[in-house]
Amino acid sequence: MRNWLIILGFTLMPGLSMAQENSVKLDSVKIDHDDKPSLQRGAKLFVNYCLSCHSAAYMRYNRMAKDLDIPKRLVEQYMMFTADKIGGLMKSNMPPEEAKRAFGTVPPDLTLIARSRTPEWIYTYLRSFYRDKTSPSGWNNIVFPQVAMPFILYRLQGVQSAVFDKDKTTGAKRFDKYELVQKGAMTPQEYAVAMRDLTNYLAYMAEPAKIVRHHIGRYAMVFLGLLLVLVVLLKHEYWRDVK
Amino acid sequence: MSGLLDWFDARFPLRKVAHEHALSYYSPKNFNAWYYFGSLAILVLFMQIVTGIFLTMHYKPDSQLAFASVEYIMRDVPWGWLIRYLHSTGASLMFVIIYLHMFRSLMYGSFHRPRELLWIIGSIIFVALMAEAFMGYLLPWGNMSYWGAQVIISLFTAIPYVGDALAQWIRGDFVIGDATLNRFFAFHVVLVPMLLLLLVFLHMVALHKVGSNNPEGIEIKLHRDENGIPLDGIPFHPYYTVKDLVGVVLFTFVYLGIVFFVPDMGGWFLEPDNFQVANTFHTPPDIKPLWYFTPFYSILRAVTYPLFGVAAKFWGVLSMGMSIGMIFLLPWLDRSPVRSILYKSPIFTWALGIFVVTFIMLGYLGGKNPSHTDLLFFTNVVWSQIGYFLYFGFFLLMPVYSKLGIVKTVGTRVQSK
Repeated sequence: MRNWLIILGFTLMPGLSMAQENSVKLDSVKIDHDDKPSLQRGAKLFVNYCLSCHSAAYMRYNRMAKDLDIPKRLVEQYMMFTADKIGGLMKSNMPPEEAKRAFGTVPPDLTLIARSRTPEWIYTYLRSFYRDKTSPSGWNNIVFPQVAMPFILYRLQGVQSAVFDKDKTTGAKRFDKYELVQKGAMTPQEYAVAMRDLTNYLAYMAEPAKIVRHHIGRYAMVFLGLLLVLVVLLKHEYWRDVK
Repeated sequence: MSGLLDWFDARFPLRKVAHEHALSYYSPKNFNAWYYFGSLAILVLFMQIVTGIFLTMHYKPDSQLAFASVEYIMRDVPWGWLIRYLHSTGASLMFVIIYLHMFRSLMYGSFHRPRELLWIIGSIIFVALMAEAFMGYLLPWGNMSYWGAQVIISLFTAIPYVGDALAQWIRGDFVIGDATLNRFFAFHVVLVPMLLLLLVFLHMVALHKVGSNNPEGIEIKLHRDENGIPLDGIPFHPYYTVKDLVGVVLFTFVYLGIVFFVPDMGGWFLEPDNFQVANTFHTPPDIKPLWYFTPFYSILRAVTYPLFGVAAKFWGVLSMGMSIGMIFLLPWLDRSPVRSILYKSPIFTWALGIFVVTFIMLGYLGGKNPSHTDLLFFTNVVWSQIGYFLYFGFFLLMPVYSKLGIVKTVGTRVQSK
């Protein structure tokens, strides 16, 4: 009986938290693995801002260099803050124990985050931080309430505050809009483009093979189309005498 | 060339086997597209074994290394991503093929006498495939792998008295751990594939003894020419080898289309939660099995009432086992005098139609939260309870309704090619 309750709990309880997260509308984002300039800008943001605390422990620098057409020399000079060799993995320099002391939790690995969370979620999340004096880090997020991450990109976006109103029917606290209380280095439009670039890069990093698989896939489909014509003709030739 | 063949024939029944199973093995001439799925199942089994062998060359069955080794295959092993997607997509498509293969038998009564044993062997293959898929799903050591296995194995604790000890014996530990991963790896790559190959061989032996049924359900062996060749039969080779080639190319189109363009199939073939490493402290939002198990999972969750002082969970597990067991009984449940749906009464056609809708509905509900309302009027758990009765009704009432209504007269010869 106790086990049954646990199973039931697993299936019901998370469903409720899911409903909570789903109530935020996610913004659509254009993911294009052929847009090399966007991926390169995204990679720059990633190594400069994300990689200090987060790892991408399944991704190698030289793979990024090759796929995004970034010269190895530039990667070694300007992008490799956390590894000695260009064939190395993108690991954070922050030891897990220290991260736990600083944030209360170890920052998740970001290699596959675009596949486990979806690009839309990341794109919206990165633009949903607001000032919240009641939270430990001083920041909060509409998409991920009570997130442990401090808003590292505030110099770019500026500081937002969130305005809440009350739902007319239920009376519950409901998010209405953001207000920019302190300007950042980027205009809101520039910041949105930058976050699209970063999301695009994260989507690429979650599956580098995507670039090549779409390319080969087209040839495979054309080949099979031609082969289909041949085998259908072959079948008709053989079956001519079956009455 | 013929000298070499003679040399072999003196030592091995080479020509005899080729004739008995291909060149002079007569199949009905009226197979339609539903008859592609047998050869396609063998194709996918072959693909799974070949891609599986290559995956084991880089995969590490170790709870500390497994997840990273799969990503290593996806990124650093040349063509590793292709091998892995062929394997993960192949697993789902195997179930698509097997479900359609079984549905074909339901439509044309292919399990009727004398093909009962053929059907039973096929049903055992289905159960073995489920075991193979379940154990394979743990290997990537993603978060859904872990929690899915946790939930399913803890079902065994529902068995009175021995349940807890049994679940612990299966896991080899108090929780899913390294011991579980290693034994599942051993079963997934050695034991069950060997069993599957043996069962498929027996399935073919039984098939070639009784011969194939066909869409009209007419026994072609009853009408032969002066040489003893069935009048409505054609040699399997070359006629059906070239025809099955069309099916193979059509299927490969779909298979590679998914592999190259939508390998996660919107979360149906590869779930988002499984791109996170197994985490004992973080439960995924909705623990659910992959789509091919969801109809049976729905039946399990439909039972919410304790009976005779035994917890509901036990009856749920029992119901799930029985829902699979029903499949084995089919040859003795169908009492219709004719085999094919083309000749059966409309009552049977309706029952089969309702069953298909029920099965798809149960499959849909198995991936949803039971307390939500995703269909009309009722919550998901209520719909799954309705589905529960329709599912069992289809089987248990079959001895009654399959005798009702007027059947059409079956001719003696196959009508069309």
